[in-house]
Amino acid sequence: MCKISEIVQRARAAFNSGRTRSLQFRIQQLEELRRMIKERQKDIAVALAADLHRNEWNAYQEEIVYSLEEVEHAIKKLPEWVLDEPTEKTAQTQQDECYIHSEPLGVALIIGTWNYPFTLTIQPMVGAIAAGNAVVIKPSEVSENVANLLATIIPQYLDKDLYPVINGGVPETTELLKERFDYILYTGSTGVGKIIMTAAAKHLTPVTLELGGKSPCYVDKDCDLDVACRRIAWGKFMNSGQTCVAPDYILCDPSIQNQIVEKLKKSVKEEIFGPIMPIVCVRSLEEAIQFINQREKPLALYVFSQNDKVIKKMIAETSSGGVTANDVIIHLSVHSLPFGGVGNSGMGSYHGKHSFQTFSHRRACLVRSLLKEDPLKGRYPPSMAKMMRH
Amino acid sequence: MDPFSDTLQRLREAFRSGRTRPAEFRAAQLKGLGRFLQDHKKLLQEALAQDLHKSVTESEISEISLTQGEVNLALRNLRTWMKDEKVTKNLATQLDSAFIRKEPFGLALIISPWNYPVNLSLVPLVGALAAGNCVVLKPSEISKNTEQVLAEVLPQYLDQNCFAVVQGGPEETGQLLKHKFDYIFFTGSPRVGKIVMAAATEHLTPITLELGGKNPCYVDDNCDPQTVANRVVWFRCYNTGQTCVAPDYVLCSPEMQERLLPAMQSAITRFYGDDPRSSPNLGRIINEKHFQRLQGLLGCGRVAIGGQSDERDRYIAPTVLVDVQQTEPVMQEEIFGPILPILTVRSLDEAIDFINRREKPLALYAFSTSNQVVKQVLARTSSGTFGGNDGFMFMTLSSLPFGGVGNSGMGKYHGKFSFDTFSHHRACLLAHSGLEKLKEIRYPPYSVCRLRLLLMAMETRCTIL
Repeated sequence: MCKISEIVQRARAAFNSGRTRSLQFRIQQLEELRRMIKERQKDIAVALAADLHRNEWNAYQEEIVYSLEEVEHAIKKLPEWVLDEPTEKTAQTQQDECYIHSEPLGVALIIGTWNYPFTLTIQPMVGAIAAGNAVVIKPSEVSENVANLLATIIPQYLDKDLYPVINGGVPETTELLKERFDYILYTGSTGVGKIIMTAAAKHLTPVTLELGGKSPCYVDKDCDLDVACRRIAWGKFMNSGQTCVAPDYILCDPSIQNQIVEKLKKSVKEEIFGPIMPIVCVRSLEEAIQFINQREKPLALYVFSQNDKVIKKMIAETSSGGVTANDVIIHLSVHSLPFGGVGNSGMGSYHGKHSFQTFSHRRACLVRSLLKEDPLKGRYPPSMAKMMRH
Repeated sequence: MDPFSDTLQRLREAFRSGRTRPAEFRAAQLKGLGRFLQDHKKLLQEALAQDLHKSVTESEISEISLTQGEVNLALRNLRTWMKDEKVTKNLATQLDSAFIRKEPFGLALIISPWNYPVNLSLVPLVGALAAGNCVVLKPSEISKNTEQVLAEVLPQYLDQNCFAVVQGGPEETGQLLKHKFDYIFFTGSPRVGKIVMAAATEHLTPITLELGGKNPCYVDDNCDPQTVANRVVWFRCYNTGQTCVAPDYVLCSPEMQERLLPAMQSAITRFYGDDPRSSPNLGRIINEKHFQRLQGLLGCGRVAIGGQSDERDRYIAPTVLVDVQQTEPVMQEEIFGPILPILTVRSLDEAIDFINRREKPLALYAFSTSNQVVKQVLARTSSGTFGGNDGFMFMTLSSLPFGGVGNSGMGKYHGKFSFDTFSHHRACLLAHSGLEKLKEIRYPPYSVCRLRLLLMAMETRCTIL
């Protein structure tokens, strides 16, 4: 058990050495990560197949593509992200430098999950590395093959001290959570999310929790049912239904229920198996909204309609981590959109620049000159002069 | 029986009804808050004087005016802030609409402290109201006069179905925290911050914690001692030292210490007269407990300036301590009083090393005529905020995010950051319901040529779904 402590201490010492500070170092590590993904694609696909029975196509389309996209995006954008952001000044600070300076937090912990064991570990890692942190990676032990693969290949490409992979089950994770981290990003269940946050509270460690929930899918009478059902089926049965943002249940008018069932069946006839998708009948949009709002806020919400007003109302009167209208899941593929939950489905977000910001401290800076004392004389007592606010 | 259930229920129902959503409602609340500040300026000044012996000048600048500024900023920008934020799209989503929608969380809890009881209650409130939340405010019972004004007068200016003030001490706060909130904003000590975060865990409530720490103040040899002394002394003694971002201790060379001491004495005399006790510009310590604590710290090291105290009105003189050991109490806790220890170091490296061996503070200051030295301190340390060659002037810029890191806190606010803090940023993608042909590539049955197409797409760095 003391080995875990040593590994974390080593990561901290490596962070304290300062080598993650330079842009060049971070880009180089990200380039190595990209090289790892490209060169070991086959091994990754094999491990995914072993853990989740996915074929090569799925491995690329549902996992590897996302990871590659994320690391490519970070490499391209990082030089821009690390720059100080000048901010608006007041009359009194015109001569000063006012800006936000992004800095790493220190040692981040990323706890992965088993349904997309590769990308849900790698994507957050990209952000953590880009922001200049040391990163301890704890893949899910449930997807054993991917966990073992990551433990093998990550040290072959990346800095061994800064980015250790720690594998194990509940006892190892419990030990790990006793250590002090500067950020924790966890993907998984609500129950375990609370355990993570409790552990984090002991050290005042900020967290992002990517949890789950039942993502509702409202299908309006006014929509192309063929297209809608095809897209819903695609999302629902992707990864054998094991996707946190998959449409979980359908809400629709009783008059179209049977059609939806038929069209869903037609779309999934190629699938070997697939869970039945619950359909809840509602007589109006208002009733659907009420149904949704009586439940915990989900990670994703879907609405199918040709009527913009319906879409707007559904969005305006509900809450969820994210929304896609007239399709499912793809809001995750847009880098510039933050991916995260709300309420029971989580807190915090990542993807693209949001990852960089999540894993950074954005430090407010005001730098002035020592030489210009006269203009400031008015602020000191015993005079009544004021510091005017903008 | 739980004294809060009814109130919380009422606020929750009001939120569910949707009444806080329209911009008009939120603007009306903010205007109400503004009128409260104007109508009761005198009442607030009196309360602050009773609680903290705060001068009219300090009340005006750092409490009332500052809060008014935030209200005005929010009113001016509300509709802009509320707008959906369009984002850049990738190739596959060019025809879609992608944006981030800002939504209220629901029921927000603001717990505020006693040192700037108006500012630290109402500036977060501006953000929470602007973002469309219903709000419970729990002001500190220690600044009891201000607490009374906030509890009795403020609700009259706001919709009382959407806003409530609750009163009480640690026990009541503990009870309150058992309830579910959709956001918790806490300003106070790290010790209580941990308790709040643990309570938030129960309901997976997101939080902002504005905590504290010991804010180092590095003074380079390359400095005019009088200018530095003016700035450091003023920010140290402001609000009688009871400021979370005040310079807490000085690090400098022995030579600079020798030059700083007479300059600091000169600054103190200039600001507070020969007898600071009789100056209307110097406040008093909030209560007996803190007074005793600070009186104890006067025994650390050696008193170079000041050192007087008087229990009768909880007066602590502006004091500078030297020959202080790291292990002494004055270096073990946040001082939160008009006492400034100076510790000597032999180099910039030693100063940085000293700082980095400690918890990350809320603020960090570096004084030097060399911009390079200032930038080095910035680059090699971490803190919530940073001031080069001055004290917490950055607090007056609503364009700068105010918040801590590590032990000094998490999250940020002021200006637009307040609005964003109290909002859920919801990712929205409105896909084109047509163009199904383009999406077919993603569906089974899988084929080699589709895989090839996908790999080609990866090479050209675009995503096709």
